Amino acid sequence: MKLILIFSALIGASLCLETFVGHQVLRIKAKDEEEVKQLQLLESLEHLELDFWINPSAPARPVDVRIPAASVQSVKAFLESQGIDYSILIEDLQDVLDKEKQDMAESAQRQRSSSFDFGAYHTLDDINEELDHLASEYSFVEKIQIGESYEKRPLYVLKFSTGGSNRPAIWLDAGIHSREWVTQASALWIANKIASDYGTDASVTSLLDKMDLFLLPVTNPDGFVYTHTSNRMWRKTRSKIPGSVCVGVDPNRNWDAGFGGPGASNNPCSDSYHGPSANSEVEVKSVVDFIKNHGNFKAFLTLHSYSQLLMYPYGYKCTRPDDYAELESLGRAAASSIRSLYGTTFQVGTICKTIYQASGGSIDWSYDNGIKYSFAFELRDTGRYGFLLPASQIVPAAKETWLGLKKIMEHVRD
Amino acid sequence: RAMELPPSHFPAARAAAVAVGYLRYLRGGPGRGLQLRELRRARRQDIDDVGHKYYLELELEDVLDKDRTVSCTAEVLYPLGSQTSAPDVQVTVQGELRSTEEADQEFYNRIRSLQKELVAENIPDSHGNVPPELEPIHLLAWVASGYVIWQNSTENTNFHLAQVKHVQQVKRSDEDLQFDYVVLLHEMVSQEVLPWEVTVLWHPRRGARVSRS
Repeated sequence: MKLILIFSALIGASLCLETFVGHQVLRIKAKDEEEVKQLQLLESLEHLELDFWINPSAPARPVDVRIPAASVQSVKAFLESQGIDYSILIEDLQDVLDKEKQDMAESAQRQRSSSFDFGAYHTLDDINEELDHLASEYSFVEKIQIGESYEKRPLYVLKFSTGGSNRPAIWLDAGIHSREWVTQASALWIANKIASDYGTDASVTSLLDKMDLFLLPVTNPDGFVYTHTSNRMWRKTRSKIPGSVCVGVDPNRNWDAGFGGPGASNNPCSDSYHGPSANSEVEVKSVVDFIKNHGNFKAFLTLHSYSQLLMYPYGYKCTRPDDYAELESLGRAAASSIRSLYGTTFQVGTICKTIYQASGGSIDWSYDNGIKYSFAFELRDTGRYGFLLPASQIVPAAKETWLGLKKIMEHVRD
Repeated sequence: RAMELPPSHFPAARAAAVAVGYLRYLRGGPGRGLQLRELRRARRQDIDDVGHKYYLELELEDVLDKDRTVSCTAEVLYPLGSQTSAPDVQVTVQGELRSTEEADQEFYNRIRSLQKELVAENIPDSHGNVPPELEPIHLLAWVASGYVIWQNSTENTNFHLAQVKHVQQVKRSDEDLQFDYVVLLHEMVSQEVLPWEVTVLWHPRRGARVSRS
């Protein structure tokens, strides 16, 4: 009789479920065959929607069952009335599921963040995808387009800004010469480093709290694609030159700083061809316009490879800039920071003295346009692999370069 | 009479590149790749009616034995009207370079026993990889390009080997190994990357001899 009453109570307790809120998982220990039979009876009551994870079979085996919230009290009353031992494995299944979902999301987040291999060379498409990912992962990172290349590829800049309105800003670009693959690769690593260090590294946090950072990882996307598809040693843009069968202009001879002077060629077929006129290359013009319109840049930093050099203006003339002492000293400090990591030595000096006289260069333009802290880096190595730096050296190169950049940025900030 | 030069400035660096090219030709091989670790000191002397002479103190390393370095002095004389003749280079290596006898013999035997003539291209590849079995071919290209760089350098050039575009072994009836290379040389001042054909003959005891096609 009692059994019938209890069973009817159990029947009444069936319901339709969408979540597992309040569901409990019990572990039931049947002492003998009689108790096993009771549990099998329970199993047959379909309306209870009991979900046996381990079915009742023999006294030796524990029986695990998930019980919907509404049935929990009834089932427990039944078990107790029969003297059947049980324990609560899971108090509330939804809690467990929620926690698991959160763990998985966090793990997936970590997976997604580390699924981009910073220690490998990537295609332009992969790089652009990672820029999107960084922008979506960090609220203070935004991907903006500052223009289009000759072949109509977007020029994407990552803007790092924690607020304010037109804060003093730092410019960092890479890949103006497309064959210098370690630079685009390092720029990606550096972008990720800065984004993930904000909030945890005191220096980066203080930097981004006061200043904005604009990072252009692939300044010459047409050339970059060309190095993947056709000629790994391509340096210039891919613009058609009127009256010539040759293609492309050296984008670092195309700036309006001593344009057309020594150290640049007027031969369109040359790898240091300066172009028909200053800013003739849309890739260069886009950056110039952006920086001029912004009006508040304090530093202009550009990455090249190879030779391990840290240079400041001038390239178009061999005289020292007005800020020579400060730039030389800051350069040395940055080179020292770089060396502190792996012992990699960078030579410091003006472009003209260190590498060659070269006109139409970007940091000469930025310096002559009021951006005092203008530096050009030539990353690893010194010629053993040259442009073909093994991918295994990307992250070490990026790490040491970052220390040098950071040193300069900290000085600009303070 | 000789002017001290800052080692970090390009005139000294260019002369050092010539010296290293010459040294690679002279002392390099499939088992030894010489590289400049540091340019310690440089001086320049302008000799009337002759040319510009650079006195260099170099620290070199073997890329296959980086724990050790060896010191070297070099004199690089760029002749006047240097379009036509190669710089004159004298070098003195202080100390011993690691012996490559065993590695050389092993390489020699391996190549001699190949059924088909060795052919390869793009060393290193776009990503900087060199398969280990091609490293000796890569280093032999340094020898070959070292010769070309030495022969073609002026005070206005700074050459480096950018890549081995193509290499073809040519079997010979005598005891030498022959490799016909197409190398890409990166000239830093003009930024040009120029292909160059160069043939190397090599023997473990006789060393390398270069001829240009």
